[in-house]
Amino acid sequence: MSALVFTLIVLSLSAVAGFLGSLTGLGGGVVIVPALALALGVDIKYAIGASLVSVIATSSGAAAAYVREGFSNIRIGMLLEIATTIGAVVGAVLAVHVTTHAIAIVFGLVLAQAAYQSLFKAEPESEAIVASDSLGSRLRLGSDYPAGNSRQVYGVRNVPTGFGLMFGAGALSGLLGIGSGALKVIAMDRAMKIPFKVSTTTSNFMIGVTAAASAGVYLSRGYIDPRITMPVMLGVLAGAFLGTKVLVHARVRTLRIVFGIVVLALALEMIVNGFTGRI
Amino acid sequence: MDDRRLELIIGNLLRAGVLLAASIVLIGGTLYLAGHHADPINYRQFVAGGPAVQSVAGIVQSAAHLHSEGLIQFGLLLLIATPVARVVLAVIGFALEKDRLYAIVSLIVLAILAFSLLHAI
Repeated sequence: MSALVFTLIVLSLSAVAGFLGSLTGLGGGVVIVPALALALGVDIKYAIGASLVSVIATSSGAAAAYVREGFSNIRIGMLLEIATTIGAVVGAVLAVHVTTHAIAIVFGLVLAQAAYQSLFKAEPESEAIVASDSLGSRLRLGSDYPAGNSRQVYGVRNVPTGFGLMFGAGALSGLLGIGSGALKVIAMDRAMKIPFKVSTTTSNFMIGVTAAASAGVYLSRGYIDPRITMPVMLGVLAGAFLGTKVLVHARVRTLRIVFGIVVLALALEMIVNGFTGRI
Repeated sequence: MDDRRLELIIGNLLRAGVLLAASIVLIGGTLYLAGHHADPINYRQFVAGGPAVQSVAGIVQSAAHLHSEGLIQFGLLLLIATPVARVVLAVIGFALEKDRLYAIVSLIVLAILAFSLLHAI
């Protein structure tokens, strides 16, 4: 394969991944790594380096749009970022020391979880909990968000549990070069009882900072190769931008099912290839 | 200045940073393809690319010589800097709001980022 053909294929694959990732809310990173590794035979270390950089691009690029919606909570994000960045550094150092087979298998498991979420989970319409627990209120984490003409007040609970889960989310992000937005949302939405919309937008804010923490390690190890990262980053960014322009209501349910099946197939292939030693 | 206004300014700055970074990557990528489009490629085995793409000093030097791969890498470096800039601006914002707790929280995050990125220098 010539450099031109490779670049064009990766550019198109990444644009599709960015587009679907932005429409389904799962992010482009989870499909781009297996696509590069399985379809194009790219060493997984190059793939996770390229994916990590594109995760930063979509997170920073979408920040303004999310702030305008008025849901993101910078205090929650910043506090939990202490956990995700430490986790990300640990994960990135781990990525250097474990075998690519192990990375492929862990990646497959994370993909399987993403597929499950895409296929079977609807966005929960949980009621906001108004009162924070004692640590949540001492840290002044509660806030409000726009709901119709008024503002809905919400509180924050179980900060230590959320903090622990965020360390795990950061470690997975550093190990696999993904945003691990799904796990961040679970930590906020389920464990800390933060409203879903606040959780997802705050998670987007956190993804970029988390990824930047592992980027230093990746860069110094040579995982970020300009020839591979260039088409991945530009493609994902263009795809994600298009995704935000498309009417969100259009057939998201169908899309989630298609995406879920694709991700499930990738999950199985990653796990099988990891065990048979092909990756 | 309230949290939301501050965040909106930061958000717009970040988007500008991403666009600038993407433009530099695009220019570098075009130069790369102009010179190397017919090169056979093989990325099956990971081989580290050397200081010109692995260290901040090497990347800046390579980009200054307008080497295509150095330019791409410089754009990517700029991109990696956008979330770091966001945390720096948050430190300043919280300090201006006299919110000492969250200024310190943001500083801790910044210190962890600095620790990681110093690996690359």
